[in-house]
Amino acid sequence: MHSITFDIAHMLAGSLVLVSFMQLYQDRLYALLNTFALHAFILAASVAWQAFIQDAPHLYLTAMIALVFKAIVIPVALHRIIVKLGIHREIETVVGVGPTMLLGMGLVALSMVVMLRVTSDADPLAREDLAFALSVVLLGLLMMVTRRNAVSQVIGFMSLENGLVLAATGAKGMPLVVEISVAFSVLIAFIVIGIFLFRIRERFDTVDMQAMDRFRGEQR
Amino acid sequence: MRFDALEAVLLIPLMAAALLAALPGYRLTAGLNVAAALLTFLAAASLLVVQPASGDYLLVDDLNKVFIVLTTFVAFTTSVFSASYIGHEIEIGRLTPASVRFYHAMYQVLMFAMNLALVANNIGLMWVAIEVATLTTVLMVGIYRTHEALEAAWKYFILGSVGIALALFGTILVYMAARPVIGEGLYAMVWTVLVAHAAKFDPALLNVAFVFLLLGYGTKVGLAPLHAWLPDAHAEGPTPISAVLSGLLLNVALYALLRFKMLLAVNPAALAPGPLMVMMGLISCVFAALMLYRRRDIKRMFAYSSIEHMGIIVFAFGMGGSLANFAGLLHMTMHSLTKSAIFFAVGHIAQVKGTQKIANMGGLTVTHPVLGWGLVLGVAAIAGLPPLGIFMSEFLVLSSTFARQPWLAAILALGILLALGGLFLRLNTIAFGEPRGPTAPAQASYVPMFAHFAIVFVAGIYLPPQLVTGFQNVARLLG
Repeated sequence: MHSITFDIAHMLAGSLVLVSFMQLYQDRLYALLNTFALHAFILAASVAWQAFIQDAPHLYLTAMIALVFKAIVIPVALHRIIVKLGIHREIETVVGVGPTMLLGMGLVALSMVVMLRVTSDADPLAREDLAFALSVVLLGLLMMVTRRNAVSQVIGFMSLENGLVLAATGAKGMPLVVEISVAFSVLIAFIVIGIFLFRIRERFDTVDMQAMDRFRGEQR
Repeated sequence: MRFDALEAVLLIPLMAAALLAALPGYRLTAGLNVAAALLTFLAAASLLVVQPASGDYLLVDDLNKVFIVLTTFVAFTTSVFSASYIGHEIEIGRLTPASVRFYHAMYQVLMFAMNLALVANNIGLMWVAIEVATLTTVLMVGIYRTHEALEAAWKYFILGSVGIALALFGTILVYMAARPVIGEGLYAMVWTVLVAHAAKFDPALLNVAFVFLLLGYGTKVGLAPLHAWLPDAHAEGPTPISAVLSGLLLNVALYALLRFKMLLAVNPAALAPGPLMVMMGLISCVFAALMLYRRRDIKRMFAYSSIEHMGIIVFAFGMGGSLANFAGLLHMTMHSLTKSAIFFAVGHIAQVKGTQKIANMGGLTVTHPVLGWGLVLGVAAIAGLPPLGIFMSEFLVLSSTFARQPWLAAILALGILLALGGLFLRLNTIAFGEPRGPTAPAQASYVPMFAHFAIVFVAGIYLPPQLVTGFQNVARLLG
């Protein structure tokens, strides 16, 4: 069913993967935050489109949460935290940009191979959504391991959660329980993280995870 | 409104959490915490007698009854230990009254979340409950606000979240597999409905889902390549939380894994989940046993011992069959009781000595005979010496494996022996030899610790027939 609805859904999910790649090579925190806002915005559009084509009004709520909370509130708040902490300097990646991008491509290829093979019976929209969602999840994971700054790890985690929302909305008729819980968990996660960041600041005067690693229990 | 024990198990901790968040004063709140935990345990125990009907959201069957009763019992004894532990922490100024209020409220929220995860009949609800349990423990691990505690909490948070995210992806895939058979909507996530129709699910999708679930919930169980958060979280948080983490939260994650294993077992075309679990269990067991030799921190050492035992348990459930399942279930129960009792002893020892470093402890059996010999007894039990309960369960795991896969049994036995050596090497420094460090008398509550040891001791010699039949029913259920 290669209709226009399919094409638009495909485009939105594909853009999400693209923006995930863009996040990988942002080496300044402001730019990274803006890219994350774009990521969340595309997610909101994608979820809204799913709501429209599935005729599932409750998904509009999920789209609203993604738009307001993830694309606006969190980036603004993190922006402020960054200013407050005075860390708008460059963020160093553990692995260079080139190898990171190559790894990212490998992960996307992996998720395509895995998901498209096992879901051969499902309807094409759901299976491609799922393959894209897994790519976004894996790219989020990759970002979390290649960064050592606490703020960018958090952003990596949130883009990972975006991938989960994409998967959950792509699964047609999935009960509301899950969507709300996903959104809610992000909220809680954010509060936790916010508290943590401030306390980290209090204690360390840095949010660089490598500095924190010095305090590991075994190395006393 | 109809009100039964099942709802009580969830509502009592929730109400207690609200109450404890509002009330000041450590003595009052610690007492209330104990009372709430006791009430929850009684409500859970009544589930054994009267089994309430299961609905679309909540479920009680033979499998989760065992888990709920064990969880609420250890939660109750831990709350008794916690009262005296926290009292000491306030005295020396490590915790402020405000953080104690927060701690008690979080303790009850954690109980609520764990109980909800155990009784949830909806795989989405179960996931939410485990996520809430993770977040509350993250907050409690970081409660001391030291460098180490914050780093441990952060690491736990990041790794736990990744695990939980992978588990959610697995959950979504299970729904995708169920949808063509059961239809859209709520019922495609209700566990009892899923298991009834699982034979018709797409096996390839189920396989991929299980891999994600194993990695996701396996992180929470503390299986070997994914265990990095566990020693830090155990070492830096308050000791009652170490006891709850080791004794209960790992079990809850394991329970989630078992539910999905049962789902796969119904589908003949899906991959057998057993070998994957056996492999991860073996790796965890041997790896953690080796790691025991280089520990300098007493709580970290017992954290690695928990990884080892979770490895043995996952191994036993992975082998499957009624005997191995029975052994796994028994081992899980014995490990929960013993490990939390050890943490009760370790908590008081660390308070007396003012440190967790093994090098600064010594001659405990001379200076603090009750604590010292308590620890010796605990280590003897956890290392699997006869006639204590863990000896029996480990013997059952080994002998049931030996009949089927002698090589695997040999590797497992090697892991168990290595762990025994590592534990006794350290115990020798801590409990015997020259007394080192402060020797002030301990203000401890010994009742919870020795209550656990008594049960473990009796279980090593005699298991009540009701318990045996109960466990056998569960073992059959697990397939």
